[in-house]
Amino acid sequence: MTDPVLSIRDLSVEIPTRKGVVCPVDSVSYDIAPGEILGVVGESGAGKSMAGNAVIGLLNPPARIAKGEIWLNGTRIDQLSGDAMRRLRGKEIGMVFQDPLTSLNPLLQIGDQLTETMLTHLDISRSEAEQRAIAALQEVGIPGAADRLNSYPHEFSGGMRQRVVIALALCAEPSLVIADEPTTALDVSVQAQIVALLKKLCRERGTAIMLITHDMGVIAEAADRVAVMYAGRLAELGPVREILTSPSHPYTDGLMASTPLASRGKSRLHQIPGSMPRLNAIPDGCAFNPRCPYAADKCRHDPGPQGAEGRAACWFPIVRERTA
Amino acid sequence: MLAYLIRRVAQSGLVLLIVGMVAFGMFRFVGDPIDNMLGQERTQEDIDRLRGQLGLDQPFAVQYFRFLENAAQGNFGVSYRQGRPVSDILLERAPATLELAAVSGFLAIAMGIALGVFTAIRRNGFSANFIMSASLIGVSLPTFLIGILLIYIFSVELGWLPSFGRGETVRIGNWTTGFLTETGLKALVLPSITLGLYQMTLIMRLVRSEMLEVLRQDYIRFARARGLRDRVVNFRHALKNTMMPVITVIGLQLGSIIAFAIITETVFQWPGVGLLFINAIQFVDIPVMAAYLMLISVMFVGINLIVDVLYFLIDPRLRADRAGAH
Repeated sequence: MTDPVLSIRDLSVEIPTRKGVVCPVDSVSYDIAPGEILGVVGESGAGKSMAGNAVIGLLNPPARIAKGEIWLNGTRIDQLSGDAMRRLRGKEIGMVFQDPLTSLNPLLQIGDQLTETMLTHLDISRSEAEQRAIAALQEVGIPGAADRLNSYPHEFSGGMRQRVVIALALCAEPSLVIADEPTTALDVSVQAQIVALLKKLCRERGTAIMLITHDMGVIAEAADRVAVMYAGRLAELGPVREILTSPSHPYTDGLMASTPLASRGKSRLHQIPGSMPRLNAIPDGCAFNPRCPYAADKCRHDPGPQGAEGRAACWFPIVRERTA
Repeated sequence: MLAYLIRRVAQSGLVLLIVGMVAFGMFRFVGDPIDNMLGQERTQEDIDRLRGQLGLDQPFAVQYFRFLENAAQGNFGVSYRQGRPVSDILLERAPATLELAAVSGFLAIAMGIALGVFTAIRRNGFSANFIMSASLIGVSLPTFLIGILLIYIFSVELGWLPSFGRGETVRIGNWTTGFLTETGLKALVLPSITLGLYQMTLIMRLVRSEMLEVLRQDYIRFARARGLRDRVVNFRHALKNTMMPVITVIGLQLGSIIAFAIITETVFQWPGVGLLFINAIQFVDIPVMAAYLMLISVMFVGINLIVDVLYFLIDPRLRADRAGAH
């Protein structure tokens, strides 16, 4: 197996608050290989975005990395100085945000936004940067790319803007892209195009992608492997087929059962009882135990094993007969 | 763009007409100028004759219309008190006020924006907090008090700077300037600080709060996520977006710098149009007052017109003549 692009080891993020320290990311570990798309799923507040922000070094203070290590292409990056980290951003790690309508500066032409990014990271001339900007726009499927350099963000539709955002994230050819809910703010018809685009670029360049989403459809469509997060902890990690068809953590199981599928017909949609605990009220033992149909005494006292590749963070993982 | 500009100019003209009418209407209640112009020994005949000469016996509408007609030709009548054409008096006094306003406006804008950006970027730093607290003084102290305090400290106690007047001036054509002599420059310091301090603190606090707002935006996060240098993020991405609302306020404030010069000019006995206006009020010198008010409103309207054009230049979304791609 090739060396992973990104390797997160036992990462915890904590936020000191007036009522004590909360831990939105708790001892999470996962790897992403070159050219691989890792889907990170979970409900809002499960810590998916927080982990992404920690990797790119954009945690909003007072949130901070409490423990653990982040390795990028064999270099440890969680202890880098502010300026060294800035050099990595855009150059080694690209990021795509949720809302393309607000992630582009409304007062700057997109050509300028592209060239400034490239000139910051690459040792090229301005005219060369402009050529590359055109190429980058073409690559993400902007028609008439050369004429659109002088356009302002408001002159593009939402889907087109997200393409521009992707071009911006990829223009310095990073080895890792963190896509934080890249399709959530888009029309359903455009979502599929954006997912396909991300997938294509990733395959062509061997870019690793951390695809943060709560949309199981997007995961099924794009991801190679899936990390399921719950209340800051990794519930389960594994290849997408396994997670989707035979989840072993009861939370993942509930999540799958509550995803509408055409094949399931008109039967009533399953619902996980209760809601995810707030960060300052995470129950003792396994964080999922109050909502878990299989919870035993043990689950209420002991948090259980840490989630890892092929191992659910559960005392009693669901074991299934392999059907395939 | 041109149609927009024409529309704005037409609107501005309308505003001026209304201001003129209101101002002119008010003057009927400030007192009878005849009382001041004729001495104790007047007869009813003298009064009637002078009133007829000045046209003050005409109905309001006729007086106003005649005022407009003359004003359009640059003729604002003759000062009742000085017996000279008002336009001459104003031209003579205008350089003093404009130079004072220009210096304090420049101070207010440059310092206000610089300090605002500084306090926004270092928002938890000691010096930023200190500046913010100190700025409360500028916002809350009345102008005349600041002027008097400055005079007390720098003129009376330290004796560094003059406490009144413009110092020596140099005449260039019709313009008298205090920029070219040492005493002229020295005389500018205290009045321009007095006049500009309030505007400076206002602009600074506005820039700070707008900038903090902008720094929270997604596109700033995205700019950081692209690894742009802090300097680029702060000044290229954030400051430009901050300027939109700031320019509006700066436009209004520049107008009031000229208008509020009245107080500063009185405190420092600055020979500008503000002092002229105060004296004119005391003597019910209607032509001077009317001309001054028109001058101030022309400046306000003119500055706001410039502000609108600046919007156009800064924000591409307002340039409606560009084809959208939707």
